Amino acid sequence: MSSVASVHSLWTVAAELPGKIPAPRIEYGQLSPTLIVLGAAVVGVLIEALLPRRSRYYAQLLVSVVALAAAFAAVIGLAAGGFGSSKAGIAAMGAIAVDGPALFLQGTILLVSLVAVFTFAERRLDPAAHGNRVDSFAAQAAAVPGGEAEQAAVKAGFTTTEVFPIVLFAIGGMLVFPAANDLLTLFIALEVFSLPLYILCAVARRQRLLSQESAMKYFLLGAFSSAFLLFGIALLYGYAGTVTYAGIAEVIADGAKQIDPALAGTMGNDALLLIGAALVLMGLLFKVGAVPFHMWTPDVYQGAPTPVTGFMAAATKVAAFGALLRLLYVVLPGMRWDWRPVMWGVAIVTMLGGAIVAITQTDIKRLLAYSSIAHAGFILAGVIATSEDGISSVLFYLAAYSFVTLGAFAVVTLVRDAGGEATHLSKWAGLGRRSPLVAAVFAVFLLAFAGIPLTSGFAGKFAVFKAAAQSGAGWLVVVGVISSAIAAFFYIRVIVLMFFSEPKAEGPTVAVPSPLTTMAIAVGVVVTLALGLAPQYFLDLAGQAGVFVR
Amino acid sequence: MADFSFPLLTATAAVPAIGAVATAAVPAAKRTAAKWLALLFSLATFVLAVVIAVRFRPGAEGPYQLTESHAWIQDFGVRYELGVDGIAVALIALTALLIPFVILAGWHDADPLESASDSGSAAGSNSRWRPTQGFFALILAVEAMVILSFEATDVFLFYIFFEAMLIPMYFLIGGFGDRAGAHGEEQAATQRSYAAVKFLLYNLAGGLIMLAAVIGLYAVTADQLGSGTFSLQQIVEARTSGKLDFGTGTERLLFLGFFFAFAVKAPLWPLHTWLPNAMGESTSPVAVLITAVVDKVGTFAMLRFCLQLFPEASSWATPVILVLALISVIYGALLAVGQRDIKRLIAYASISHFGFIILGIFAMTTQGQSGATLYMVNHGISTAALMLVAGFLITRRGSRLIADYGGVQKVAPVLAGTFLIGGLATLSLPGLAPFISEFLVLVGTFSRYPVIGIIASVGIVLAALYVLVLYQRTMTGPVKAKVEGMPDLRARELVVVAPLIALLLFLGVYPKPLTDIVNPAVDHTLSVVDKKDPKPAVRVDAVPGAGRPGHAVHDQEVEAAK
Repeated sequence: MSSVASVHSLWTVAAELPGKIPAPRIEYGQLSPTLIVLGAAVVGVLIEALLPRRSRYYAQLLVSVVALAAAFAAVIGLAAGGFGSSKAGIAAMGAIAVDGPALFLQGTILLVSLVAVFTFAERRLDPAAHGNRVDSFAAQAAAVPGGEAEQAAVKAGFTTTEVFPIVLFAIGGMLVFPAANDLLTLFIALEVFSLPLYILCAVARRQRLLSQESAMKYFLLGAFSSAFLLFGIALLYGYAGTVTYAGIAEVIADGAKQIDPALAGTMGNDALLLIGAALVLMGLLFKVGAVPFHMWTPDVYQGAPTPVTGFMAAATKVAAFGALLRLLYVVLPGMRWDWRPVMWGVAIVTMLGGAIVAITQTDIKRLLAYSSIAHAGFILAGVIATSEDGISSVLFYLAAYSFVTLGAFAVVTLVRDAGGEATHLSKWAGLGRRSPLVAAVFAVFLLAFAGIPLTSGFAGKFAVFKAAAQSGAGWLVVVGVISSAIAAFFYIRVIVLMFFSEPKAEGPTVAVPSPLTTMAIAVGVVVTLALGLAPQYFLDLAGQAGVFVR
Repeated sequence: MADFSFPLLTATAAVPAIGAVATAAVPAAKRTAAKWLALLFSLATFVLAVVIAVRFRPGAEGPYQLTESHAWIQDFGVRYELGVDGIAVALIALTALLIPFVILAGWHDADPLESASDSGSAAGSNSRWRPTQGFFALILAVEAMVILSFEATDVFLFYIFFEAMLIPMYFLIGGFGDRAGAHGEEQAATQRSYAAVKFLLYNLAGGLIMLAAVIGLYAVTADQLGSGTFSLQQIVEARTSGKLDFGTGTERLLFLGFFFAFAVKAPLWPLHTWLPNAMGESTSPVAVLITAVVDKVGTFAMLRFCLQLFPEASSWATPVILVLALISVIYGALLAVGQRDIKRLIAYASISHFGFIILGIFAMTTQGQSGATLYMVNHGISTAALMLVAGFLITRRGSRLIADYGGVQKVAPVLAGTFLIGGLATLSLPGLAPFISEFLVLVGTFSRYPVIGIIASVGIVLAALYVLVLYQRTMTGPVKAKVEGMPDLRARELVVVAPLIALLLFLGVYPKPLTDIVNPAVDHTLSVVDKKDPKPAVRVDAVPGAGRPGHAVHDQEVEAAK
């Protein structure tokens, strides 16, 4: 070392940094779920580039399913290896936390995504275009809607098989999001899963303008929220001099010990902390779809291709609530007296707002969108509990809710008329007479949304409300049950429509799906009933996963 | 008695549940098979209910017998805990008794109309539409849930079935009308679904308010006992031993949460408005199911949960509840007098009767509460008799309006006769079962709250008015045009009505079997509430069920009059 330095000492100065930049040590094993999914996404891109068009669909489906299953197996392996409890720790140079909540959420996201990919791959519902079986996605997303290029693409039987790698990228981001252990990783994960989602929203085969409009809205509002988040991160960095969760939490708890000379004017300034935390929370609440950051939800849910809506409603919510939990429980527990009243308010307006506005909806997808807002409020009630019960109840609720949502949207894809999916509520009249089974399955999902006992929705609702009540938020629970009652009204209204209204002569038909969608719906029903009848095992699982690593 | 290797209580609920699944699975074409299957399962349930009643020892130690207890959801402190006291035994027997009659009476109610099956636009898919199977499966599902909610001694377990039974009920009300609407099928369907939604929203709102209280109960027990529990026995024990203290304010809030749900279900004025709609629009067997079976869960739960979990708050709320019950009695009766629709009339009469039941429960006297329990059973039988006969009448004429009838007794004397007996039971004629219970309730109320007792007896007078006017207008007088040629009761219908009337007569003369079972449970409840009868010298308390209640009651009235 010294000899090298001496040789060049005339014109160079030896850098004294080697100690400060350690060679990055990456725990590949612990990061394997994310790596598998992102790797498969890259493979998917290569498939698009290299394979002939005919075989792409099958190759992509195979790669996606195998990757998601493998990643799920990796999560199980990590959990079985104790990384969820005793060996929980920080990986990838402090960027990623591998702990109970992270693994539970990753497992949930992967299972949900696996089921969602089945609905993505469904090719029996849309009538064959020129002899080619097609899915819910545009023949050629880049072609102008209604233009010649589009017609040509349809005629040629193109399908957008790119959705598979795109959704894998999104899933990769979602896996990192709830595990992110510093604010920059959080932001990057957010962008990694958001950008593919914007694209996915825009590629519907039917009603393409509506789909593109929804993507545009989602993108613009999403960009806003990303900006808020980034600004908040900057302010928090200014306050704490670090972006790691533990570092910020330490500064909040004990004050800044070593003042970074570059940040001398800002470190420890409470104004920065408060504004920064508020902005970061806003960014996350946007993704969660909480009032008043919910404006995008109905439009995007309505416009996006229904399989994407189902995926988004389920997986994004899991990821975003995971990140929100970690942020509130790891970074900001020291200032919970500041954020709890605010989150109380947000939870109350979210529950009531979602439930009340949903009553007036006439489109099933918009109705489910507002219902998802109301559910975000219920979950927030559990988040606010700031107790171990709070964490586990939120985890349980997310798992229960995401399968119900996915199943419900899968059913929506089945009810069709000449213009594609018949999402207007009036068209659902008398569905129970035409196809009792489909209507009954949808009724099960609606009852689960409404939180009727013996469904997973009830167990979840009970868990979060119990956690909230035990943390002294009794009145929040009262507001919660009142908005549940309001919400029940519109779920019931759909059931009335399906079962007690006379079917219309020119009403929609129920398409017979391939085993893919059938399986997605069946998984939804089974999970809904299993978590409703015997929730103990999953509550235990969520309970064991209820400790964040710092 | 606590350890039974055979889970009798579970079996009693499981049989109708299995029956529901089996009935629903019968292929579309085999409607009759589905009906017989449902009847068979309901009879099997009745046999099991009889076994429960036989195995039950009225004088045995401990509040609950035939208990079962299994872990279920530890995280919520929930156990699968079943057990029956005398009140529950009586009500389970009532439920299991009525369901076969409900099924028999509704034998043809859910058959698809010939015209409808032809005109169905989606011809191909209609083969999967199986209303008949659905109708009977739903009835059995309701039976299973009602029985479980009578058996549950875990608050959470009770809540689950209390809420879940709304769903099959809702489909029964909304999906199957009595085809007697005056304005054609379409409007009838609209009114039906309105009634079903109203039923569901009222009860769901009540249930969700109760959910908040249930969660609150958990939070309090978790806070004070270390681990949250929903076990009724554990909570009552912890209370009496002083380990658990709700605090006055919390206890009152929790009580209100529970009571609200039960008052909607019962129903108590002013939360009653769903009942006339629901009973009016549904078929008469379903109406019987609502008022004679499902609503009893509400009054039963007041006795079992409100009083035992929150005795102090119950005493605190008693004045208001008594006044509301009194209003129910008078208001229900007055509106019944003014009704033009037979089924709505019976619905308002039921509201009046539920007022009596709640009056009896919250009078907090032995006579009052035994009377209320007897009332639940007797009201179930008498309303079933009246409503089912009314249903037969309505099916014949195709109208629910009183004005459309007249002179039926000349055309169909047996129908008119059974209708009269059902009506007389409803107005509590001495010699029929409801008389005893109504009298006990009034005496029980009078001994503590004389003024309320006196005002409530006006309800009896009004009952005579609405029943007799109903009979006079429909059955006597000149025979109306469309009533001519009305067939008398058929064999199936007689099989439904005759046993119910026999039972009314039997229990009217000899209620001892019932009082023997019920009284120890009532004493237990009152001991938990820590209430004693105002006049300790009254003999009927000292020897529960001894002698004829009517006689003992008479003594007391004489005493009270002094």
